[in-house]
Amino acid sequence: MDRHSTNSKVNGVSTGTTILAVKFNGGVIIGSDSRASIGGSFVSSKVINKLIQVHDRIFCCIAGSLADAQAITKMAKFQLSLHSIQMESPPLVKAAASILKELCYNNKEELQAGFITAGWDRKKGPQVYTVSLGGMLLSQPFTIGGSGSTYIYGYVDAKYKPDMSREECLQFATNALSLAIGRDNVSGGVVHLVVITEDGVEHVVVPGDKLPRFHDE
Amino acid sequence: MFDDLSSQPAWLSEEVKTGTTIIAIGFEGGVVLGSDSRVSAGASVVNRVMNKLSPLHDKIYCALSGSAADAQTIAEIVNYQLDVHSVEVGEDPLVRSAATLVKNISYKYKEELSAHLIVGGWDRRGGGQVYVTLNGLLSKQPFAIGGSGSSYIYGFVDAEYRKGMSRRECQEFVVNALTLAMNRDGSSGGVAYIVTVDENGAEEKCILGNELPTFFDQ
Repeated sequence: MDRHSTNSKVNGVSTGTTILAVKFNGGVIIGSDSRASIGGSFVSSKVINKLIQVHDRIFCCIAGSLADAQAITKMAKFQLSLHSIQMESPPLVKAAASILKELCYNNKEELQAGFITAGWDRKKGPQVYTVSLGGMLLSQPFTIGGSGSTYIYGYVDAKYKPDMSREECLQFATNALSLAIGRDNVSGGVVHLVVITEDGVEHVVVPGDKLPRFHDE
Repeated sequence: MFDDLSSQPAWLSEEVKTGTTIIAIGFEGGVVLGSDSRVSAGASVVNRVMNKLSPLHDKIYCALSGSAADAQTIAEIVNYQLDVHSVEVGEDPLVRSAATLVKNISYKYKEELSAHLIVGGWDRRGGGQVYVTLNGLLSKQPFAIGGSGSSYIYGFVDAEYRKGMSRRECQEFVVNALTLAMNRDGSSGGVAYIVTVDENGAEEKCILGNELPTFFDQ
């Protein structure tokens, strides 16, 4: 039987997870669930925050081995702030994504983490980048990642529209994450969303009982 | 030096699977079943136009997934058993009977077989019904999806399914779900086959690749 296997062969704590980032008219929304599990049978944390702020208007979220992800983001944060001081201006989102990409690509044998970077900068406005496991960097209007993302490919393909409003985009992201949490047993908990625009950063948390319900719940 | 030329291509030794997307949904008065048309052996597509919706009886169909040989054999055997059963009973068989026959084979030979059939049809007692027989379980559901491509559309079908959809809405639902899965799953593709079964019989339809709905990135 063709069983679709999720790539959760990591040892130790893994963020078997669902993460996404979506561009809308004027900003980006980056979101994730909040479950960290060990081997898919034990939830080691119900409310972990997988959205890491690497600069004022740039966030990234992590999928894969939690230890690798934390180590990489720490280094990336440092390199990015150094870069920003040298350039004497806020860094570009692409710069942040490239730094993560360099770290992932040069250490691809040892590491097991994929990233989504999203943010706003003066040059290109809102952007979403994805860095895959081997270190490929790609810019997209929206992207999904983590083990739970397989279940929502159909949904996001069908429902995404370019130039959504902030409210529509919040609803889209919340729905997508809820559907993935509903089907993936290593995703769960609350939904963390961060809305990044020129004016600032807003963190929205949707607790489990406020998540949208679908036909069988 | 010339040894390589006589070695067989990989696809001759790979098992033929209908790595696939199948879906069935019931509505008031019938069911709609749908499938893609790709049959793969490893990385090769050995048949790009296979109809995976197989009739078990006049108003009962099943959708095949998993190993092509296993699935086809189960369908043939159940087709025969249902014919015998319906003669003995003297009327059209129930969908539940067909599903039970499939389940019996799947369960008894669960170690040897690797195929999953979704059974859907119409009978006078229960109207349109959909049964899943995965791994030898028998379960009646409002709708069911299966095959390798189904992973990608769980979110979509969870969000879009509503109780009480009409025949036309169910057909659109099936076509949309199949298209989304075919776009993402490497083992699903080709054309979409749809069968609508109601009290008047079965209506088969084939939707070619260029007639399928398009989504954001296409």
